[in-house]
Formats: sequence, structure tokens, C-alpha cells
Amino acid sequence: MSSKHDHHHSHDSQAHSELSEMELRVRALETILSEKGYIDPAALDAIVQAYETKIGPHNGAQVVAKAWSDPAFKQALLQDASKAVGTLGHFSRVGDHLVAVENTPQRHNMVVCTLCSCYPWEMLGLPPIWYKAAPYRSRAVKDPRGVLADFGVTLPKETEIRVWDSTAETRFLVLPMRPAGTEGWSEAQLAEIVTRDSMIGTGFPKTPGAPS
Amino acid sequence: MNGVHDMGGMDGFGKVEPEPNEPMFHTEWESRVLAMVRAMGAAGAFNIDTSRYYREALPPEVYMTSSYYRKWFLGLEQNLLAKGYITAEEVAAAHAIAPAKSLKHGKFTVDQVERIMVRGQFGRTPTSPAKFKPGDRVRAKNIHPKTHTRLPRYVRGHVGTVELNLGCSVYPDTAANEAGENPQWLYTVVFDGTELWGADADPTVKISVDAFEPYLELA
Repeated sequence: MSSKHDHHHSHDSQAHSELSEMELRVRALETILSEKGYIDPAALDAIVQAYETKIGPHNGAQVVAKAWSDPAFKQALLQDASKAVGTLGHFSRVGDHLVAVENTPQRHNMVVCTLCSCYPWEMLGLPPIWYKAAPYRSRAVKDPRGVLADFGVTLPKETEIRVWDSTAETRFLVLPMRPAGTEGWSEAQLAEIVTRDSMIGTGFPKTPGAPS
Repeated sequence: MNGVHDMGGMDGFGKVEPEPNEPMFHTEWESRVLAMVRAMGAAGAFNIDTSRYYREALPPEVYMTSSYYRKWFLGLEQNLLAKGYITAEEVAAAHAIAPAKSLKHGKFTVDQVERIMVRGQFGRTPTSPAKFKPGDRVRAKNIHPKTHTRLPRYVRGHVGTVELNLGCSVYPDTAANEAGENPQWLYTVVFDGTELWGADADPTVKISVDAFEPYLELA
């Protein structure tokens, strides 16, 4: 585990010394909450297990693949994403506040939460560290092209970039453009090329035929 | 509050560095923190806005130097201490000492896990008509509340256009202080990059925030 901690995020600079301290403090709090009868530790296990096994970007990828394949679903998704996605029966249901935003040759959408870490968990799982960290949160609204360059993404100069700052309970899902060369593909095949970052707006779907 | 959490537009944090094959949790304690926050919230110890407020209210140097889940842990501990669910003596002893405080929804047990995987509902029945409609030009008020707010500093004083009416929703500014849901109309308001960042800004960029009606006035 500790080998995962040597990456270069500044917020992890004290990771090593904080590790044992944090383990002790977290364990102490869980003991107190359990002894006081507030929580059943087995319920915490079940929460963690749900996040680890049941929710993740595969949910969003399924939605995108369906929108690419089914024009009526796509229209319903763009009109009322909560309602359209609500019919698909995911384990983690999206509730009432999902908005899908469509990328086109004229407009590229990108999602951020400058104030904290709001993110469509039900569609994409828990957010990656970079989404929750200062570099992305500070720059996405001011220099989105620069941020995209950090991801190796370049857009035509004239493409409009629309940044959605998730400042309330609305959650945004980017509907990326369907890559050329995927004509006739099944929804399952299409879902395979939909990346998490393409649904945040910091990446594109995988290129058909390229090694994954 | 004008805290360090309000990061939109700040410079100097460097490049975004995605971690290849990032695991969901880097250590086990991170997963326990996530689960405790979800469980205690679901049990009724606090709402989501209060939970955000306690993270924002961490001392700036702590906020800036803590990992994400360390912030969650510290915010949770402060929140539970402030509301009397736990005591400082208990934290020091790592065991329960004081009698438990009753929770609005009772003990959080395994059978409730499925319930919390359904996202909360924040829409409420409006008590007055919406003041603004899509297309209206609005100014984000120049306000600086000392407590929780969801109007980021970088839009305050600037003029944008109402794009969507998102309905009437729980108002974080009062909910965070346990002063009631106080539902307010919520709008997506879109700003030109040049309006926010000056004439030299990229003219192809537009930025939107979701803004509650009390944050806005007709421009």
C-alpha cells in the first residue's frame, strides 16, 4: 500500500508520517461510534463493498453507449437525464438531479467542482484524486485548455469550451462524441471504449482498433 | 465563508497529475472514513451541507496539507464533537465514555445500506414563483457570508445569463447551519470567460455555476 503513496501530489507530502496516526485515529473513532450504538461496523463493511464492487464508470459507459445507439434514448437523456437513466435499474440510483451535456464538433463540455468534490458517483463511481485536488479545481474554470493539455487533449482553436462548475446538487455527465469507425457496433462493444475521463470532459473515448 | 476551499481561479497549484491505475482507496482507513461519513449522515447526525461546512472550516493550513480523506476525517470528528455525539475525552481514550445521544434515524445497520445508494432528493415544493427565467441577464451578488455558501468567489459581482431553471431546492446556506431547508429556486447561470477573467481570457470559454435565487439580481 505505501508504495502507492509516493506519487507527486503535494497533499500527500506527509502521507508516510500521517499513515499510522491516521490508522489509529480512524480506528478510535469507529470504536467510539460502534460502542455508542450509532453504527454497526458490518454496515460500514457493506458500504465499502458496494463502492468497491457495484458502482463505477461502467454505469456511465452503459448510458453513453445506449445514447449512441438509440436516438430516442439520447433525446430522452438530454431532455431529462434523471428520468432516462432511472429506467436502467442501476444499483446506485441517480435520483432527480442528473443533467447530461452533449459534446459536438462546435462545443466541448467539461465538469468540475471548484468548492469541493461534487461528482456523479452513481454514474462514475468515486472521483479520482486529481478531480478532488487543487490543481484541477483551481484551473478548470480559468484555463480549461491548459488543463486539457495536462491530459494530452487538444481541441480545435475555435471549439467552444463549456465548463460546468458543480456548485449545487445537480450532477453533470458529459456525453462524448461517438468515434468514427464504430458503425454497426453493439452497445456492449461501444461501452468498452467509453472512458471515465471522456464522461468528465477531460478525455475522449478510446480510438477503435487502438490497443487499450 | 471565504475559505481556501473556494479554489476557482487560483494560480500556482501546478499541473493536473492523474495517477495511473489509481486504486479506489490508497489505504484501508480511507474506506472506513468514507463509510463513517455516509453512515452517520444517513443516521441523521448531520446533513450533506453541514458535512461540507466542517471540511471548509478546517484551518487553512490543515486543509491545504491534508489528503482528501484526512479532510473528511477531521471534518467528521469536529462535526460530531460540536454536535455532542462524541466527546474530546472519548477521542483521547479511544473508547465510549459518555452516554450516547439519540440519532434522528437511529443506529445505522446493514439493512440500510441499499437505501443510501439511492441519491438524496433535494427538490422541494416552491412557495413562491421563480424570479428569473432562462435568457435573463443576472448579476451574481457581491456577498461574503461568513458561514457556508455555494456561490464561488470568482463569479461574485459578474453578469451572466440564466440558462436553466433547475427547480426549487434545499438552500445550503441555511441547511448547513441547521437553520432549516429554506427551499430556493436554483438556476444554471452561464458566464463568458472574458467577463470573469478579463479581456485577455480565451474567448471560446464559457463557465456556468448553479446559483440559488438569493445569490442573484437582475442585471
